[in-house]
Amino acid sequence: MGLMADTVTAFQQNDGWGQTATHVRLSVTSLAIAAVGGITLGVACAKIGRGAAFAVTTLANLGRTIPTFALIALILAVTSLGFWPTVVGLVLLGLPPILLNATTGIREADPGAVDAARGMGLTRTGVLRRVEMPMAMPLIWAGVRNSSVQIIATAALAGVVGAEGLGVIVQSGLANGQTDVLLAGAIPITILAVLAEVLFAGAERASTPRGLRLARQPSKGDL
Amino acid sequence: MDIRWSWIESHHDDIWENTVQHLQLVGASLVLSVLVAIPLAVLVYRSRTASGITAAVSGALYTVPSLAMFAFLLTIFDIGFWPAVTALVLYSLLILIRNAVVGLRSVPAPVRDAARGMGLTRTQTLLRVELPLALPSIMTGIRITAVSTVGIATIAVFIGAGGLGELIYNDGIQRGLFLTPILVGAVVATVMAILIDVALLVAERLLTPWQRARSRG
Repeated sequence: MGLMADTVTAFQQNDGWGQTATHVRLSVTSLAIAAVGGITLGVACAKIGRGAAFAVTTLANLGRTIPTFALIALILAVTSLGFWPTVVGLVLLGLPPILLNATTGIREADPGAVDAARGMGLTRTGVLRRVEMPMAMPLIWAGVRNSSVQIIATAALAGVVGAEGLGVIVQSGLANGQTDVLLAGAIPITILAVLAEVLFAGAERASTPRGLRLARQPSKGDL
Repeated sequence: MDIRWSWIESHHDDIWENTVQHLQLVGASLVLSVLVAIPLAVLVYRSRTASGITAAVSGALYTVPSLAMFAFLLTIFDIGFWPAVTALVLYSLLILIRNAVVGLRSVPAPVRDAARGMGLTRTQTLLRVELPLALPSIMTGIRITAVSTVGIATIAVFIGAGGLGELIYNDGIQRGLFLTPILVGAVVATVMAILIDVALLVAERLLTPWQRARSRG
């Protein structure tokens, strides 16, 4: 009880709402850019062909070996601690999951459905817009979900490095060894991540075309 | 970007020490998480209830941002090596269990039936047939986990467990974002992740000779 009350006080004393707002602004801006960029590039890669898809996958896998903490620290050290440099770092980390899923989603759209649509006289753009994209949407939303959780987590690390956001509160708690301050930063960060996860998992479900829902149901929410 | 080579030269010992600590963190976490994940995966494979619960718990743990996870553990445990390993193990579970279950479920039913028909007990079937056949999928899970553990372990510095995070945070970020140690930490961690990944790939090839025979034939 005492710790909970202390945590609330610590949250207020450390400009908790302000830092939360900044954290959300950083994350939403980065996610929006990563989503638009990732989907555009992903569709382009899928259309260019197997070589492009392979190159993108390899690059993303190599990128994954660089620790996010080191990467965000490097970017902020080389540029500056402002809003936009942080966004650049977050976009770099948030882009791959969306890009990969968009590429896979379009490439693995049911060839039968694509042929049928072509046969019905749809143009290439028509097929993309009305058949391939809808079929790829659940996977794309799954990418957005992974990306959003990743961006919120990395934004917290950016705060520790010295940028703005909820990480600043955690950093202050770490520096002074104060549990209540630590929690005043860590709890809101976790809530944001869980909210993003739940929101985009919902979008993932809602975006599954009705015709595909029955076929896919058994695998949802399971291991 | 200017790198101060003199710093690297004068800090050889620290860099080496942090690298070894990092390897120990990653090694201990990997071994422990595999030991925890495989029995859980078998449980999930055999029981529907266990499947739901494990999916929910490991999924929720995976969503907690790493910095917050270390902060929470810091309020429960003292600082040190094992609390850091605990955090790293908690992160590894979801992917390890998921891959192992996918591997176990992909064992063809006729193969399982044949094993049972030959008189193997359930445990023998599991150990001699199902787990070996699930090995490629399990190894994929271990490789993904290993690479991300090397990355997350850099945050273990906040829980006093040392490792490469010490170069990145104590020597770099806390000294006015001094670039050189951050870069050294990043490069060593990246190389470590790639080397571990390659080593595990080689181990997988050696452990599953039948896969090569199949693809050749």
